[in-house]
Amino acid sequence: MLVPLPWLREYCDPELDADGIAERLTMTGTNVEAIHRHGVPATGGFVVGRVLSVEQHPDADRLKVCTVDLGTDRVPPTEGEREGDGDARERARAGAGGEAHNGARPATIVCGAPNVAAGQTVAVARPGAVMPDGTRLERRKLRGVPSEGMILAESELDLSPAGEGSEGIMVLDEMLLDAELAPGTPLEQVLAIAIDVLELEITPNRPDCLGVYGVARELHAATGAELAPEPWSDDPGTPGAVAGAQVIVECPELCPRFTARVFEEVTIGPSPAWLKARLHAAGQRPINNVVDITNYVMLLSGQPLHAFDLDRVAGSRLTVRRARAGEQVQTLDAQTRTLDREMVVIDDAHGPTSIAGLMGGARSEVAPDTRRVLLEVANWSGPNIHRSSLVLGLRSEASARFEKGLAPEQCAQAQALASRLMLELCGARLQAGTIDVVEGEQQSAGWPGLAPTTIRLREARVHEILGVPVPVARQAEILAALGFATAPREDGLDVSVPALRRADVTREIDLIEEVARIDGLERLPATLPARRGAAGRLTHPQRVRRAAEDALVGRGLYEIVGWSFAEPALLDRLLLAPEHPLRRVLTLENPLSAEQSIMRPTLLGSLLDAARHNVSRGRAEIAIFESGTVYRAARHDDARDEDARHDAARDDARDDAARTLAGAAPLADEHHGLGVLLSGHTSPRAWRGERREVDFFAAKALLEELLERFHVSWSIERAESPFLHPGRSAAVHARDPRTGARGGHGTGGEGRADEVERPIALGLLGEVHPLVAEQWGLERAATFLIDLGKLAAVAPEVSSFHVFGAFPVLRQDLAVTLPDEVSAAQLLARVREAGGETLERAEVFDVYTGEQVGEGRRSLALALSFRALERTLTDEDVAPVRDRVLAAVHAIGGELRG
Amino acid sequence: MIDRIEQLRAEGEGAIAAAASSEQLEQLRVRYLGRKAQLPQLLREVATLEPHQRGAVGKAANQARQALEALIDARAQELAAGELLRRLHEDRVDVTLPGAPPQPIGRLHVLTSTRRELEDIFLGLGFTVMEGPEIETVHYNFDALNHSPTHPARARTDTFYVAPTRERAHEHALGGAPSRPPGAGDLLLRTHTSPMQIRAMEAHPPPLYVVIPGRVYRLDSDATHTPQFHQIEGLAVDRDITLADLKGTLLRFAREMFGERREVRLRPHFFPFTEPSVEVDVSCFQCSGRGFLRDGARCPLCKGEGWLEVLGAGEVDPNVYAHVPLTAANAPGYDPEQVQGFAWGLGVERIAMLKHGVPDLRLYYENDLRLLEQF
Repeated sequence: MLVPLPWLREYCDPELDADGIAERLTMTGTNVEAIHRHGVPATGGFVVGRVLSVEQHPDADRLKVCTVDLGTDRVPPTEGEREGDGDARERARAGAGGEAHNGARPATIVCGAPNVAAGQTVAVARPGAVMPDGTRLERRKLRGVPSEGMILAESELDLSPAGEGSEGIMVLDEMLLDAELAPGTPLEQVLAIAIDVLELEITPNRPDCLGVYGVARELHAATGAELAPEPWSDDPGTPGAVAGAQVIVECPELCPRFTARVFEEVTIGPSPAWLKARLHAAGQRPINNVVDITNYVMLLSGQPLHAFDLDRVAGSRLTVRRARAGEQVQTLDAQTRTLDREMVVIDDAHGPTSIAGLMGGARSEVAPDTRRVLLEVANWSGPNIHRSSLVLGLRSEASARFEKGLAPEQCAQAQALASRLMLELCGARLQAGTIDVVEGEQQSAGWPGLAPTTIRLREARVHEILGVPVPVARQAEILAALGFATAPREDGLDVSVPALRRADVTREIDLIEEVARIDGLERLPATLPARRGAAGRLTHPQRVRRAAEDALVGRGLYEIVGWSFAEPALLDRLLLAPEHPLRRVLTLENPLSAEQSIMRPTLLGSLLDAARHNVSRGRAEIAIFESGTVYRAARHDDARDEDARHDAARDDARDDAARTLAGAAPLADEHHGLGVLLSGHTSPRAWRGERREVDFFAAKALLEELLERFHVSWSIERAESPFLHPGRSAAVHARDPRTGARGGHGTGGEGRADEVERPIALGLLGEVHPLVAEQWGLERAATFLIDLGKLAAVAPEVSSFHVFGAFPVLRQDLAVTLPDEVSAAQLLARVREAGGETLERAEVFDVYTGEQVGEGRRSLALALSFRALERTLTDEDVAPVRDRVLAAVHAIGGELRG
Repeated sequence: MIDRIEQLRAEGEGAIAAAASSEQLEQLRVRYLGRKAQLPQLLREVATLEPHQRGAVGKAANQARQALEALIDARAQELAAGELLRRLHEDRVDVTLPGAPPQPIGRLHVLTSTRRELEDIFLGLGFTVMEGPEIETVHYNFDALNHSPTHPARARTDTFYVAPTRERAHEHALGGAPSRPPGAGDLLLRTHTSPMQIRAMEAHPPPLYVVIPGRVYRLDSDATHTPQFHQIEGLAVDRDITLADLKGTLLRFAREMFGERREVRLRPHFFPFTEPSVEVDVSCFQCSGRGFLRDGARCPLCKGEGWLEVLGAGEVDPNVYAHVPLTAANAPGYDPEQVQGFAWGLGVERIAMLKHGVPDLRLYYENDLRLLEQF
């Protein structure tokens, strides 16, 4: 809200400058977002002048050459004095200062205004003055006649909008009857040509501050400066029925109060300059005196008003009713609006004239020939106006106030103030009586108000909440300044709430806030809570997440943070079949754009996007990861797929939190994923050292180390996924430690899948399908995508000591050839099974295919480590174990390679 | 004979001292001490001497042999040391070449490192870290947090709503702007981490000290707003947690994050779910709160204000406790007359922006390695 400072000072004027006032308001809860300067940037160079003579310009029909008295010792500065550097203000001061030594002579000013005449007192800008748009006025020739300044119109000083009143100059002796108007008087002494305007952020709980007087009350409480009496205290009106006008409220639940007064003999015309300037400074466009009064009263009191031309109200009767479903109304902006039963219209005998609280109708608008005005001041249901405004897409200064929920009492205030102004500024006669329909009933005895509520404010409670005591006397002082009445009680105060604060202040805590904000939060000490029993610690899943991220960073990967949003086309680009589970996405109802209209079901899209961004900027090696949430629609009964049974392994706290109060199904399927994408080479280019192109095994190596890091019993087996290379992709499973099938851990290794009773699907691993990579402009990329919540669930929280034995290890290598279809995992599983406890480790250290092993076969070299806990093993000890291992190898088609 | 011995010894000593390499020295060992060398030969000849001569000659020959042996050993060590030194010298490298093969270490994203730093500060103050769903209901995101039915944040111009799934689609009239106001059970992308206040209190009894980091969403997109961003919610509820405790906690946070000389300022504000509500400013760390720099220019960080707005906070509104049902998990529950506490919500992006001078929030989500490498 824009509040011109002189207007505010009229009601409360602390001895503070604009910054000081802004600081006090801000520190007591009315945030000043900006201080705007309205009018001229500097007042120097603007003076009162008297037109001595007016002659026709010799070469221009529409220009006149005037001689203007600018004071006995005041003439424009010379050309030379106006040259030079310095900012606008300095130049303006120079203009004002370079005066005296030139002696007295009237200035010659060329003027184009039709209304200029000898004898007028006018406003003059002299050369050097800086105009509101920042330009500096120059002495220059107009059609050959030098002009030493400019006689000003209102709009040229930004006192009214451009196009308003610009047809003529301001005639000060007509505008300002009481002012001292000696030529040479600085203009700022007679006219507000430079106004500071505060831009306030009014919080939604304070509709009472949507008017200048409400802000003045805040300033009064914040500074202690005197508050002027309420501007509506003097009401020229009378209660009772109004002859010739009638209002019926059919829906009092949506219209708690409707008031109206009738004015006769109204003369429509322009508003006085002070009113126009005020509206303009507050961001409103002056229209005519009646409309300007409604706007002025709204800006001052916060209560919107509407003026009807009573002669255009058919039947002189207004009916407030709910709209019919589908009813169509044409509004002032010439649009046809379709209404519903929750909206309120105001009818006359010919049908709807306006949509209540939102927009008036053209039919009964005040026009230049209006003589009789019906002034409506009504109170509407805030939530209802809010809804109608949203549904119709209609917002106005009025609806913005109504939807906050105004007090019905404000109707009386606005009527009183507007009535007085109608009489003063429109020459109107107020007809006897006031239409005042409260809860559907016409009132006849003055302005009824609701009984104020009373709240007990306990002194001890103030202390308990704030942590610092505030004396009761100080509490009472603060509350009184804010318009609350207080009465002392033994444990504190009984506080009655003024009507305008009724909606916001309903409880003791609300009063405590009032006391705290005015008493000054600067006074609060800085203490720490007792923290009884509170020990800050990360949970196991949180620690796993951090450790996983750190491990990848340690391996040279950069973390990215992608968008949760994705475009639906992502699903196609990932080659997902129509029924693929990843297509069960959450769709946004109101996305920013189609490209951001679904929630990502996988991290792969974000990773590929980041890779493309960097590759297209010349980065060859991509090693990135993201640790973030992925989303799918919640599963419903018919959509439950087989991995539902793995949900038990989830991060329980999070899943619990995802359930609604009633214990219903999770709102959505959200989990914290970890995704890695590698492209280019396994390490940067260097002057020494071998490096390989990234492939399946580069990603697998990272994944293996990560799983080992968390002592997970894992297995990786061939599995296909639409977006992965069909020959180079796998699924990652872990054994659920809670099955209790086998104790211990850290024995991770391939080929244990058959021992895993409840394998938990951790995720996927593979090279990105070339057709997918291509769409992101990548040549070859490898990825893994795992569910970190599940990883945390299968990762033991505590690692137990494992006996490693004091006796030396016996190492033997074994090279075997195998049919291609036997996997390394199958071989190792057989070897480990046959090796028993003596075989501590068995690892593949070489792979060979070629002529020497023959078509359809390959050679795998195994490193075997044997160890016994109780003695040093010899080759003879190991020989029978080795024989069993060889027999097992033979059983799957393997042969010892000689 | 003794003369010959002395002559041999002197000759040997000279040769050993002159030996320039281990090979030469080995030849000298053979020449003077080997089986066929003169000195052993002389020693063997001692037996042929007169008995009275044998003692003196034998002794002289032995001494000469021992002396030469010792000299050879010493010289051998000298030569070996010298040769090692020469070898090592020849083995020198250009130490200015880069390490190889490269062992790159990556980086956490600046939002993650900032979030962790914030988490760690509050962990140190006794808070635990809790997380919650990003897909929320109107109930948790607005209703239970005391937002009025007309609160503008509920509007579809401010909050992302999740379209109903097939199962619920029939309840909706699709096509065109949905006009039905969102109901309590409707799904949205949480607009703040505050819904977890309710969920945390539903799941745990007081006293409760938690921080809740997470991703949140609002329909906004420009240099200082991204439609997704990250918050860290704080919630402390106990018998006696005051607004002064909030100030002290946030002062601690401000000093840990921005330096020991920082101050905090509480400005009254309005949030539906706190009462009293405050906005919290930290004194500007670039101009030390003066608003201008050493050269007199207006501080570009705080725009001359001397203060940086960092978060919104307040004492938890009693109405919020009223929305927390008494459950088996949180007994004795949250009776507003028995418990009180504070809550805050701060933006991770904003903190990172202030601390590291990132000019445009959208850069965080571009994931340009040239940015990622900087933190």
